Amino acid sequence: MSYLEYQVRYVPSGLRKLLYLNWPLIILLTAVACAGFLMLYSVAGGSASQWMEPQAKRFAMGLGLMVLIAMFPIWFWRNMAGLAYIVSLVLLVAVEFLGETRMGAQRWIDLGFMRLQPSELMKIGMVMMLAAYYDWLPLKKVSHPFWVLVPVVFIMLPVMLVLAQPDLGTSILLVVGGAAVMFLAGVHWAYFATVIAAGVGAVVAVLESRGTTWQILKDYQYRRIDTFLDPSNDPLGAGYHITQAKIALGSGGWTGRGFMQGTQSRLNFLPEKHTDFIFTTLAEEFGFVGAFALLVLYGLIILFCVISALSNKDRFASLLTLGVAMTFFLYFAVNMSMVMGLAPVVGVPLPLVSYGGSAMLVLMIGFGLVQSAHVHKPR
Amino acid sequence: MRKPQKETEQSNRTITRRAMLVGTAQLALMGALGYRMQSMQIDQADEFRLLADENRINIRLIPPARGLIFDAKGVPLAENEQNYRIVMVREDAGDVEEVLGRLRQLVAIPDDVLADAIEELNRRSPFVPVTIMERVSWDDVAKVTVNAPALPGITAEVGLSRHYPLGADLAHVVGYVGPVSDFDLSRIDDQDPLLQIPRFQIGKTGVENKLERTLRGSAGTRRIEVNALGRVMRELDRQEGVPGADIQLTIDAELQTYVEARLEGESAAAIVMDLETGDLRALASAPSFDPNKFVRGISVADWTGLTEDPYRPLAAKTIQGVYPPGSTFKMITALAAIEDGVIDPEETVYCPGYMDVSDVRFHCWRRGGHGNINLHESLKQSCDVYYYDICQRVGIDKIADMARRFGIGVEHDVPLSAVATGLAPDKEWKRRVRGEDWRVGDTVNASIGQGYVLASPLQLAVMTARLATGRSVSPRLIHTINGVEQPTGAGEPMGLNENYLRRIRQSMYDVCNHSRGTAYRSRIVAEEARMAGKTGTSQVRRITPEERARGVTSNADLPWERRDHALWVNYAPFENPRFAVSVIVEHGGGGSAAAAPIGRDVTLQALYGGEPPLSAYPSNVRSRIAEQQERIRNRIAPGSDAASQA
Repeated sequence: MSYLEYQVRYVPSGLRKLLYLNWPLIILLTAVACAGFLMLYSVAGGSASQWMEPQAKRFAMGLGLMVLIAMFPIWFWRNMAGLAYIVSLVLLVAVEFLGETRMGAQRWIDLGFMRLQPSELMKIGMVMMLAAYYDWLPLKKVSHPFWVLVPVVFIMLPVMLVLAQPDLGTSILLVVGGAAVMFLAGVHWAYFATVIAAGVGAVVAVLESRGTTWQILKDYQYRRIDTFLDPSNDPLGAGYHITQAKIALGSGGWTGRGFMQGTQSRLNFLPEKHTDFIFTTLAEEFGFVGAFALLVLYGLIILFCVISALSNKDRFASLLTLGVAMTFFLYFAVNMSMVMGLAPVVGVPLPLVSYGGSAMLVLMIGFGLVQSAHVHKPR
Repeated sequence: MRKPQKETEQSNRTITRRAMLVGTAQLALMGALGYRMQSMQIDQADEFRLLADENRINIRLIPPARGLIFDAKGVPLAENEQNYRIVMVREDAGDVEEVLGRLRQLVAIPDDVLADAIEELNRRSPFVPVTIMERVSWDDVAKVTVNAPALPGITAEVGLSRHYPLGADLAHVVGYVGPVSDFDLSRIDDQDPLLQIPRFQIGKTGVENKLERTLRGSAGTRRIEVNALGRVMRELDRQEGVPGADIQLTIDAELQTYVEARLEGESAAAIVMDLETGDLRALASAPSFDPNKFVRGISVADWTGLTEDPYRPLAAKTIQGVYPPGSTFKMITALAAIEDGVIDPEETVYCPGYMDVSDVRFHCWRRGGHGNINLHESLKQSCDVYYYDICQRVGIDKIADMARRFGIGVEHDVPLSAVATGLAPDKEWKRRVRGEDWRVGDTVNASIGQGYVLASPLQLAVMTARLATGRSVSPRLIHTINGVEQPTGAGEPMGLNENYLRRIRQSMYDVCNHSRGTAYRSRIVAEEARMAGKTGTSQVRRITPEERARGVTSNADLPWERRDHALWVNYAPFENPRFAVSVIVEHGGGGSAAAAPIGRDVTLQALYGGEPPLSAYPSNVRSRIAEQQERIRNRIAPGSDAASQA
């Protein structure tokens, strides 16, 4: 597949590529990351060295990685899609055997300098794979049942492995992210309608079966559902985290309690306050204004990705950009829903804000691909 | 291989359309998130702010200092003593084992105390201070402080604990405090949060118990900010509590100490009561116990010793013990009869030494009989037959009624534990409680204070005070609370015929001062201190015919626990009465021999406000009294004579 596939009138080369980067996107990403640094400084009780500095270093590395990836032409990455997917898959299998168990789930491979979460890597690998698949697939075959089954296998293979870890949150993100790419590629809506209807039916069946002779789940699993639906049922048990998170959020009010003044986080009532629950600290200390501003920043990132994707005539580039944007969207939407009590606690970080290497790295790789697509779009 | 232009355009159209759909869905979801933020952070902000404050703010109690207890002259009876304890914070200690090992080289810690402390250390959060040992000496505190660098996490703290300087002398009156128990909590209806403090000290007996709420005060509060683990981050504000009120008793500690010393060796009780106000100047029950042992936590051996002692040291016999009042009850029977008019005071009854009442022979204590005897002589010589006679004329209900007017069978309002009601039996009582009809023999027994009649020493003192004053004096134990004078016990006139009362008093005077009076040997010769009294001997058990056949005729032949109780009541001075006294010596034998001398000594001690001059005693007993006085002086303040000489 050559350069000439595209009707390229002009593609920047060398360092000129830097000028063609999607700079607003970079600024937005940096703004979100800086909000993250601020919050990490705050939850560490005013210590920069504990979480903020490593996070800043990683973000700087991530930015570098993003630009580096952007320097490579997008068709190079398309050619790498299969490899990326297979490598991610192999790592997922490896994590089953070599992985370190942490918090009851096998998710990590220790690379020495960082701990890699293959399931995170797979989010990008799968988006690349699907985008490349639909780039290759003639448009009229897209909704053919066989050609629908193939990407479903691409999705379900890693999902099964992630579920085995077990990591429900990432599984959901993979399924929804993959399905979104399929939807964007134009797979007939009836497939999705059927799957959604079946899903709703299954949930209804599970709930209705409770207490009957054909009860589907175990009692304790129902109790978990109860706790999710009403955390105050079990305020010191499983509901504790979510109750405390809601208290922190709610007590922020309009403008919050002020930087470093959030009592919920400072006094350790919040769980995982520097990782999955960092949004609660932000909402507590900066209030509705701060929380909503972050939401707007996230929205703008999505918006710039969508604009870039829609102005790009290359099918792979468009699907990849939208897929990455969708993955990014799922991160913060699930995380925020979770801490605000709209979704069960599944362990999804707040992108670019939560402390952690893998998610940051993977997202920056993803945005590197988006930048590459942007720089090398057919003009 | 270039893709057809047409396909690319179609693809772009599809992607654009689908992206718009997805974008709309994303926007909708973000809208939902924004709406959720708005509803939580703005609409429900106040509610969540409140929850956050409840989370972080703990209210800790500051225990108030317990009120002190003084005697009538200001001598402290219960005080708060500073004591030192060694406290350890686990997380500051590092290696707990090693630090404790070093501590043990400095301070002797018993194994069991250490084991308890280690258990508590492991149970509590690492930042909670745990008491390793209480009541350590100042020397130990100094050792710990000097070696602080080698003992990380260990500090010496100061606290308050209750101390009773007079120890056993007032144990029954003041009582003692102890840590609040689950049993206490289940028994008392008290919402005071102080009681939830582990090992909070509350009054267990006596005034400490009955005036617990007054002495306790109210808790101060400290609002502190805590983190999720309960660690105290800082104090937000504090509100000091109200210390407990100080209480002044009517007790005269010096007199009380004397009485306790005078009763030593007996199982006995004695009361001195002010006639005017009802103030209880001494309320002594012997033997007693050291209340300080209870505050520290009494050992099993000490506890067993106290509970198994036949002299019952734990019982406050003054108020809890009830005894047949014996002949001290005769004044009541006599008053009931003459007030009712069934007999004239001058009318005589023939005493042949016994009386047969419905086939049962009731003996007079003097087998030979008293011959013709009137009211005055019957009291003076304590003739029983006279009362066998008059009681049948007046009937038990009127006697019981008179007894209750004099405070027998009535619960007196003194703030002490388990105040006994005693019993003034009547027909209705026997039907109700025993389900039997009253019989004449019961009346005959009751007339001389035997049978069903029961009175506590306190009730006998009250009876004597009322006889002496003609007013319904009632006992008072609390003089002031926080400096506020409590109502006195000076009662209303009882409305009795003063002429009859005077006759009774004269008879009681002759009991002590007439050569044929039963207490003549225990008389006081000092004119200004002469007393009027009455002896009493109450049978614990009749001497059975078999025993009589074996030659058992007197108390001395019986085992201690079956001997008669010796009783005595008196007031003094006769002309200008100030004090009423009652004495009981359990199983002491005859009242005139065992109880009257104690009454005399106690009366003199009260009247003279200290050791009386020997001239107050009849000359034939002075040398014996002198010895006794010296013995008691030495018992109260060992070696003080030697000190004053030097």
